[in-house]
Amino acid sequence: MTAASRPARGDRGDGAGDRVAGAGDRGYPHGGGRDGASPPPADASPAHAAVELCGIRLRHPIVNASGTFDAIAARRVFGDELVTRFPFSAFVSKTVTLAPRQGNAPPRLWELPAGLINSIGLPNRGLDGYIEHDLPELARLPVPLIVNVMGFHRDEVVRLVSELSARDEVAALELNVSCPNVETGLVMGADPGETARLLDAVRPLTDKPLIVKLTPNASDVPAVALAAQRAGADAVSLINTLRGMALHPATGRPWLGGRTGGVSGPSVRAIALAQVDAVRAAVDIPIVAMGGVSSGRHALDLIRAGATLVAVGTESFRDPAAGERIAAELAAEQARVAPPRGRRDAG
Amino acid sequence: MTASSPATGAADRVRAPFGVRTAPVTARDVHGAYTVLACADPTGPRPCAGQFYMLAAAARWGAGEDERPYLPRALSVLRAPEGGELRFLIEDVGPGTERLCELGPGDALSLVGPLGVGFREPRDGRRAVLAGGGVGIAPLAILSDQLRAHTTVLLGFRDGAHAAGAELFPGARVATDDGAAGHRGPVTDLLAQELDADPLAEVYACGPPPMLEAVRALCELRGVPAQLALESGMACGFGACFGCVVPTRDGYVRLCVDGPVLDAGRLQTALVPGAGH
Repeated sequence: MTAASRPARGDRGDGAGDRVAGAGDRGYPHGGGRDGASPPPADASPAHAAVELCGIRLRHPIVNASGTFDAIAARRVFGDELVTRFPFSAFVSKTVTLAPRQGNAPPRLWELPAGLINSIGLPNRGLDGYIEHDLPELARLPVPLIVNVMGFHRDEVVRLVSELSARDEVAALELNVSCPNVETGLVMGADPGETARLLDAVRPLTDKPLIVKLTPNASDVPAVALAAQRAGADAVSLINTLRGMALHPATGRPWLGGRTGGVSGPSVRAIALAQVDAVRAAVDIPIVAMGGVSSGRHALDLIRAGATLVAVGTESFRDPAAGERIAAELAAEQARVAPPRGRRDAG
Repeated sequence: MTASSPATGAADRVRAPFGVRTAPVTARDVHGAYTVLACADPTGPRPCAGQFYMLAAAARWGAGEDERPYLPRALSVLRAPEGGELRFLIEDVGPGTERLCELGPGDALSLVGPLGVGFREPRDGRRAVLAGGGVGIAPLAILSDQLRAHTTVLLGFRDGAHAAGAELFPGARVATDDGAAGHRGPVTDLLAQELDADPLAEVYACGPPPMLEAVRALCELRGVPAQLALESGMACGFGACFGCVVPTRDGYVRLCVDGPVLDAGRLQTALVPGAGH
C-alpha cells in the first residue's frame, strides 16, 4: 500500500444542495432498507423513540461510535443477520483520511479494569479506496450513513468534505479534529481558533450536516464546541478517547506500538457525562454523546444531560449486538421515566 | 455453508449467529496444567477446525487480578462433537483464563462464534502433519477429527505437567523441553524427522510465537506448505476494533477476520508483537 493519492476529482465547492430535504428524505424511520430488501428489525417496536438529527430521521437514538464497528467485516462474519438486525439507527464510518493508512504497529490494545487503551492509528483505504470499495457496500445498510473524516492539513479536510459531500449515499459528515495540524502543530480540536478556521474552510463546501467530533484532551471543551457552533457546525459529538498509556510489565517500555493510545469503555463514562453536561450549557446545537455506554440507563443519563443521540463503542467489542440491546433498554427506561398517556397505571 | 454442514477443512469459515449467546457448562476436566471446558451450544453452528470463539464467564467477569478481565477471551475450539457441544482447552495464564478455569457444571459461558477463518484441506494430496505447542494444541484436535485421512500429530510442551495435554491426542508423538515426556527438545525436532521421512506433506501448526516461527522457517527451508494458527491480543473477534493485526508480506491483516489461520507463505515472521502475553 502506498501513501500516494490520485489527483483530486475536482472540488464541488459551490455549496448548492438541499441539506434539509436531502437528508430528511433519506431518513429510515421504520428501519426498512432503502432498496426494500431488508425487513424491519425484530426490535423495531413502537416503544422505540424515533429521533431526528439535523433533519435525518432515525428510528432510535443509538448509533455506533466511529471506529468501533466495521459493518463490512461484520457482514462477512455474521451474514445477513447483521443487516436484518442492524443494531444502530445510523452507521458511522471509521475515519477516512485522504491517503491510505496502514495504522500503527502492533501491539494495539491494552486491557484495563473497565475498558481498554487502543492505539490503532486510523488504518483505512484512503478517500479514493473508500469511495470505490466501502461506500457501495455501506450504502446497502438499512440505515443512513455518516462518514467520519480527518485531515492532517486543512486542504485535506477540504477535499474529503467536498468529495464525500457530493455523494448521495452520505447523509452527514463527522469531522475528526483530534489530530495535529501539521502547519501549526496544534491539535485542531484542542483549540477554539483552529476549530473555527477549519469550519470556516469546509462549511461553505457542503449543505450536508457537519458534526464536529470533539476531543476530550483539551483544556476547554465547551469553548471548542462553541467555536464550532459559531462557525456553522450542525452538531457536536463527544467524547473521543482520552489519551492513556501502559508499560510492558517485564521491560518497562511502552506496551503499545503507538506509545500512547486512547482510553475507552466504562472507565470514561463519568468523564463523558461531565463533558456532555458542560458542552450542553455552552451550545444549542444537537449533541451526539458517547463514552462507556453499556446499558440503556447509561444512554438515558447522556440524553438527560442533553444528548440527542448516544453512540455505543467499546461495548460492541464485548457483544456485537450490544447496540440493539441498549436501544431496547433505553426505550424501556424512557417509557418508565415518562410513561405514555394511558399507560400510567399499567404496571 | 449452512449451520448444519459438517465443518471440514474445505469450508474454512462458518458464519456466527449475531450477538452473544449463553452456553451452559456441561463438563470440566483437568489434564495437568490444562482445563477442558465443555458447553452446550445447541443453536450454534458446528465450527470449522481452526475457528475460534470469544468467551467470557456469564457471571462474575471482572475484578480478578489487576481488576480484570473486561474483554472476552479468544479461544480456538478444541472439539465440536455432534449434538451441539463445544469444548475448549484453557490454561490459566491471566485473570480471564483464571476465571474461565474456575467454571464447571451449573455455570455458563457467554460466547460469540464461530469466528475467523480455519484450516483448509491439504493441497495436492499431501499428507497432513500437525504440530502443536502448549495450549496451541487445541485446534489440532478438531482438525484431526475433521481430516478424513490419517494424520501425524506432534506435540511439544515445556514440562510433564503440560505434557498431560497429550492425553487428548491418542497416538501423538510428544516432545518436552525438560525431557519429562517423550523426546527432549523442541517439537520442531520431531517435525524435521517427519519431513525427512516424507517431504510430501502439508504442515498445520499452532503454538507459541517462537515455535511457530521455527515451524515457518523449517517449512520455508524445505519448501513444504504450512498453515499456521496465530495468536494476537483481540478485543472483539469480528473485525471491529482493528487491534489484532499481524504483519504479513501484504501489510497488516486482522487476525480475527483474515485469520487466525494464515498460510505460512504470507508471513515474513510468525513472531507477532504482543502475542504470547
